Amino acid sequence: MSAYALFKKDLASELRTRYAINSLVMFIVVTISVILFSIGNEKISDFLSGGLFWVVIFFSAMSGLSRAFVSEEERGTTLTLQLIASPTTIFSGKLLFNLILVFAMNIVIAALYSTLFEAFVIKNVSLFLYAFILGNIGIAIASTLIASIIAKASSKGTLYPVLSFPILLPLMLTLIDLTKQAMDTTTFSSSYVELAILGCYDVVMIAASFMLFDFIWKD
Amino acid sequence: MIWKIVLFLLLAFVSVAGIAFPIVVKPEHWYEFPMIMGLGENAKIIFFHVPTAWLTVIAFFMSTVYSVKYLRNKDLVDDIKAHSAAQIGMVFCILATITGAVWAKFAWGSYWSWDPRQTSIFALLLIYGALFALRSAVEVEEKRAALSAVYSIIAFVTVPFFIFIMPRIMRGLHPGSADDTNAGTVVNFKMNGNMLLIFFLSLIGFTILYYWMWYVGYKSMLYKEKLNKQYH
Repeated sequence: MSAYALFKKDLASELRTRYAINSLVMFIVVTISVILFSIGNEKISDFLSGGLFWVVIFFSAMSGLSRAFVSEEERGTTLTLQLIASPTTIFSGKLLFNLILVFAMNIVIAALYSTLFEAFVIKNVSLFLYAFILGNIGIAIASTLIASIIAKASSKGTLYPVLSFPILLPLMLTLIDLTKQAMDTTTFSSSYVELAILGCYDVVMIAASFMLFDFIWKD
Repeated sequence: MIWKIVLFLLLAFVSVAGIAFPIVVKPEHWYEFPMIMGLGENAKIIFFHVPTAWLTVIAFFMSTVYSVKYLRNKDLVDDIKAHSAAQIGMVFCILATITGAVWAKFAWGSYWSWDPRQTSIFALLLIYGALFALRSAVEVEEKRAALSAVYSIIAFVTVPFFIFIMPRIMRGLHPGSADDTNAGTVVNFKMNGNMLLIFFLSLIGFTILYYWMWYVGYKSMLYKEKLNKQYH
């Protein structure tokens, strides 16, 4: 069984039940409207709107990406998967699915957010795009691995953000910093270090994930 | 026994010397510390705050080492050692946060200002907290050991981002930050010989203290396990 086959299986079952997509779309709408209500008629600063953008993304990721392995555990299909595929294949398939989900989710959030928040204006679009792409990859990798950890634990729903937040924190801080820079200037020169940190984070996380997933997956 | 006495004398000397030795502009006697621009009398916290922060990282490192060992050998004793190291790390992490915050109140004017160093120690607190939350959420011993080992390794690979990269590229107030013009970077800190000596004695003393606490901690956990098995 290949990673792509697992991805297709996940996609087919997701399109049939629409569990993650439905709850994600509603979650995004709820989070953005809560922020809009709390702002009211106040004028918020540009940088604050840049930070809030990543708050929306973080909480949406926390609600949508935790399902990857929990669903297998609930349906009782974990053992079958263990029999027919190697851990590396399983992780690649799940990661592929979560990557697509994160990119779809964050593009929707970015589109909604930039239409609803007037203060959210990106001057350096290409810098923001680089940060956005590298950041999404990092979020997908880290959250897939944490999802596989919590699938084996009780109190899954509350544990997921607790475990994910410290792991995602360096990524989030760098992304918020880069978003500020992209809103502030049009030059690239001062942002290479931050982009390098994002790249390092992605590489470190993907290496650690593939090395450690065996130990989580095998009973 | 003898090294407990040595440890007691060492820590007693460090405490007395660190608190009582005066800071003067031009040190002439062996017991006088030099004035560091922008730090003044506040500089003395280095003998107590830095060792706690250092032990936070050492304990975390030890916990990760034993986690790797557990994943290789599947020996539950290694898991207990890792857990004990993490517990002591949590204690020192809280101590480092509190001493840092108290120092910041006098040096920077507020207890908490999201300096990169404060952010990173806060992240370490969260990691330790998450580790204990994960441990209490898994029932089966082997599964709990494997999952917490994996999580502490994953968390450990993110720690360099906090401790070594971010405080150096982000602007901060902490001595040793990227734009610190007063004290300079941590490496060429303007300490004179005796200050360095007491600083390193304090580091050594606290490290031995940590080792002792960790040893007592994991031994008592082992005995607890043994007793539990005998009476059930």
